[in-house]
Amino acid sequence: MVEHRPTLGLLAHAVLILGVLVVAFPLYVTFVASTQTAEQIVQAPMPLLPGSHLVDNYLAALNGTAMGVASSAPVGRMMAVSLVSALVIAIGKIAISLLSAFAIVYFRFPLRNVVFWAIFITLMLPVEVRIGPTYEVVAGLGLLNSYAGLTVPLIASATATFLFRQFFLTVPDELVEAARIDGAGPMRFFLDVLLPLSVTSMAALFVIQFIYGWNQYLWPLLVTTDESMYPVVIGIKRMISGGDAATDWNIVMATAMLAMIPPALVVLLMQKWFVKGLVDTEK
Amino acid sequence: MATEKRVVFRSAWLPWVLLAPQVGVIAVFFFWPAGQALLQSFQQSDAFGSYTEWVGLENFHRLFSDPTYLASFKTTALFSVLVAGLGIAISLLLAVFADRVVRGTTIYRTLLIWPYAVAPAVAGVLWLFMFAPSIGIVSHTLRSFGVEWNHLLNSGQAMALIVAAAVWKQISYNFLFFLAGLQSIPKSLVEAAAIDGARPWRRFWTIQFPLLSPTTFFLFVINIVYAFFDTFAIVDASTQGGPGKDTAILVYKVYYDGFKAMDLGGSAAQSVVLMVIVIALTVVQFRFVEKKVNY
Repeated sequence: MVEHRPTLGLLAHAVLILGVLVVAFPLYVTFVASTQTAEQIVQAPMPLLPGSHLVDNYLAALNGTAMGVASSAPVGRMMAVSLVSALVIAIGKIAISLLSAFAIVYFRFPLRNVVFWAIFITLMLPVEVRIGPTYEVVAGLGLLNSYAGLTVPLIASATATFLFRQFFLTVPDELVEAARIDGAGPMRFFLDVLLPLSVTSMAALFVIQFIYGWNQYLWPLLVTTDESMYPVVIGIKRMISGGDAATDWNIVMATAMLAMIPPALVVLLMQKWFVKGLVDTEK
Repeated sequence: MATEKRVVFRSAWLPWVLLAPQVGVIAVFFFWPAGQALLQSFQQSDAFGSYTEWVGLENFHRLFSDPTYLASFKTTALFSVLVAGLGIAISLLLAVFADRVVRGTTIYRTLLIWPYAVAPAVAGVLWLFMFAPSIGIVSHTLRSFGVEWNHLLNSGQAMALIVAAAVWKQISYNFLFFLAGLQSIPKSLVEAAAIDGARPWRRFWTIQFPLLSPTTFFLFVINIVYAFFDTFAIVDASTQGGPGKDTAILVYKVYYDGFKAMDLGGSAAQSVVLMVIVIALTVVQFRFVEKKVNY
């Protein structure tokens, strides 16, 4: 703070509190709606204080026992699909990017630059610009409605490879020399020296990639047609296809809360690494 | 920083084994499909795939003489400028005040970053619920002020709805970058200006805002990319491109034409146009990053 200006300080807090409230309002409405009966919500305006049906609604959503929802697959199952996919995508991206960055930084081999540029160019080919043919490839390989189909096509990562490459370039060469003198081969060096040094970068990337994996929408929409393989994000969308009044909004909102909790927890609990990872990956 | 290692390992086969998973995935799921999209954009086939013929640039010609495609371009341009502009303005305002408060910066940051974790599709559903014409709490309140809200009929309101949901989700990202940018501005600059008698408002426009311009430009590009490609789920969950085709952004149209209307050649041509747009945006972004390094 440069100078003492009480009014400006108050104004700052007022604006920030207003911002926090506006940002939180949709979440509050969602929570309130998830504690009421479908009838209470439909008679506009819905009450703005939590109701008494919290446990009923969440159990109904998790077990898929709600009546009148367009799709009544159990949300518990969908959460499991989302969790497995998000973990496979996050860990898979980190693993294959670590290996590629190690190869590109610590070896000299023909076509090294070509490989590097090929990985770079994938930044310019998001799913959205190649959906039709990618779908055909996955269908041709028989991967529709499978975990492999949901995850493997999303597992390549240019950003993670660059982040690890940048990091490896800052690791002192003396470590390699010391490892050599001790008779360690490349894989021993990778496992015993590089991996422990990369833990912070891995944690930062994990937060970002877990959220990326959990929040996927377009890709699962294409490759899953079977309710038992819907991630929860797709499940919510399928529940509201009946129109305003025909939808059990209390169950939909309970599902929305459930879908938000895991990624929000990851962001809030790993906030330090998340902030660092976000700022670092975009550099 | 060095871009090459002085000391390296020697092996003819190990690097290829290490690269195999990444190269395999990008070859099968990135380059092959992208190549296919390029090929298909010059071909015409019937819905059953029983015949294919080369048609040269006809798909592109048809695309750019299609008024709904040109309208989708305009929709996307309006949408992305609104999302980037509003998102950046609101986040900058919050970040400037969060940087200014003596106590509580971390608490405000925690309370503002969580929407980053919300899936775009869920964001679309939340905003749809608040603005649902018959039961929504906000549309009900608006009605009591004499505003008849129905985004199923009014395309301006449908656009406002998807912009609001998209901006809401992106504020946390912009906020974090602005806050980091503001905190890296040397305090001595701001203090010197204060001693010279510059008031906060003036200091912001003459010192902080100009020094933030690389961050602002970077966020502008990122937000445009976000509005182009990551908001498909918001549109699909809330308006489905409606009313009519008034909120059908380009990515929504690629999906709709390819998977609902089964126009493979047209959809592939649209994919190629999108590819050109991403390449242009990525080049802009990286040229800017290089400049920042010299700066």
